[in-house]
Amino acid sequence: MKPAPFDYHAPRQLKEAAQLLARLPNAKILAGGQSLVPMMNFRYVMVDHLVDLNGVDDLSGIGVGDGRLRVGAMTRQRDIETAPEVARHCPLLAEALRHVGHRQTRNRGTIGGSLAHADPAAELPAVCAAYDATIHVASVRGVRQVPFADFCTGFMATVLQADEMIVAIDLPLWRQGHGHGFREFARRQGDFALAGAAALLDIGGDGAVRRAAIALFGVAASPLRAYAAEARLVGQPLDAAAIRAAATAPWLAEPLSDIHASAEYRRHLGQVLSVRALTDAARNAGVEVPNIV
Amino acid sequence: MGKKPTRVTVNGKSHARLVEARLTLADFLRHELALTGTHLGCEHGVCGACTVLVDGRSTRSCLMFAVQANGCEVTTVEGLAPDGKLSVLQQAFMDNHGLQCGFCTPGMLITLTELLREKPDPSEQQVREALTGNLCRCTGYAGIVAAALDAAQRLRGASGA
Repeated sequence: MKPAPFDYHAPRQLKEAAQLLARLPNAKILAGGQSLVPMMNFRYVMVDHLVDLNGVDDLSGIGVGDGRLRVGAMTRQRDIETAPEVARHCPLLAEALRHVGHRQTRNRGTIGGSLAHADPAAELPAVCAAYDATIHVASVRGVRQVPFADFCTGFMATVLQADEMIVAIDLPLWRQGHGHGFREFARRQGDFALAGAAALLDIGGDGAVRRAAIALFGVAASPLRAYAAEARLVGQPLDAAAIRAAATAPWLAEPLSDIHASAEYRRHLGQVLSVRALTDAARNAGVEVPNIV
Repeated sequence: MGKKPTRVTVNGKSHARLVEARLTLADFLRHELALTGTHLGCEHGVCGACTVLVDGRSTRSCLMFAVQANGCEVTTVEGLAPDGKLSVLQQAFMDNHGLQCGFCTPGMLITLTELLREKPDPSEQQVREALTGNLCRCTGYAGIVAAALDAAQRLRGASGA
């Protein structure tokens, strides 16, 4: 089991990488390689050219400013997981990363690679959905900014053109003191999740929900924002009944059905995991709620 | 599809080779350098048998091309016992029945070497979480977890902590 032959390119600068992608036919970007290389080893994917972004300057790093956390596309998942500024400003991202693959794959895997791959069961796209992230995409034509709501176009499909690459991700910060929750169900730790839920809650001094975001993953072709559930929460005092009502709000998609789980089971998991993620988020925001499911 | 010059430091020794871009780091170690302690189970990143340290970080060597390791420092299981004397972790594996057939052991040792360097006093849960990326079909993991905790204790004792 070996990849088919290909030509390898290791640009040092972004401009050079963009020019290679514009010029080379049947080229693919190599980021962390933790999804692409298995597919190449199986020969599901056969490329003529591999453009390795690992040596490109300025694609890695984490910064906070202007009300957002900016993460370079080639930042390793493990570096994001352990970064103090992520723990302080975007704890949902740090929490989600503990579920992404394994320590060894997070040591290589990147945030940009995970988003470009857009696996429906992946955690990082769901976090981007919850935060309404902005994806910065570069090519020889310049840099464009894509709201994450427009980024995924279907099953493992995105708006990225063949000659485009993600260069950075912006996560708008929530007020300090907001709550976060992240729950998924997988057969074993590190497996692809059958379903999962990410939640953010901003709760006012009066105990009423000021702002809520819930993103479900593994249940549809791409991450799903539970807008109806969010609408049921905002303006309401947060208690067990409110969480239960939110979790049973209808979704805008029919759940996936495959050999791993039926649509009904995924709907059930989505509701249970929403309740648990919201419960965690409430507690992280300092509101006591009992265990519901 | 010309070959690429690649220089990798493996277990402290520098090696320069001309390699095909599609050669994985695992095959480079085994076929070019004859370091067959790094085992290949699944070759698609699931079993963890091929785990090595690349610049100190545990990495699946079947999911990295040798050309990408150009300029890197790699540690394989052979590097854990450079003078033929078992490392503290390896001795703990022997003493706690941490291996049976031994196929997964090189990857287990490398993963745990990284964990114990980062967390000298890991909980059982942390050991088990680190080992989710390494499959063992013989031991049921109990001996491996016991070996990791035992090694952590011995290493803390040795450093006077």
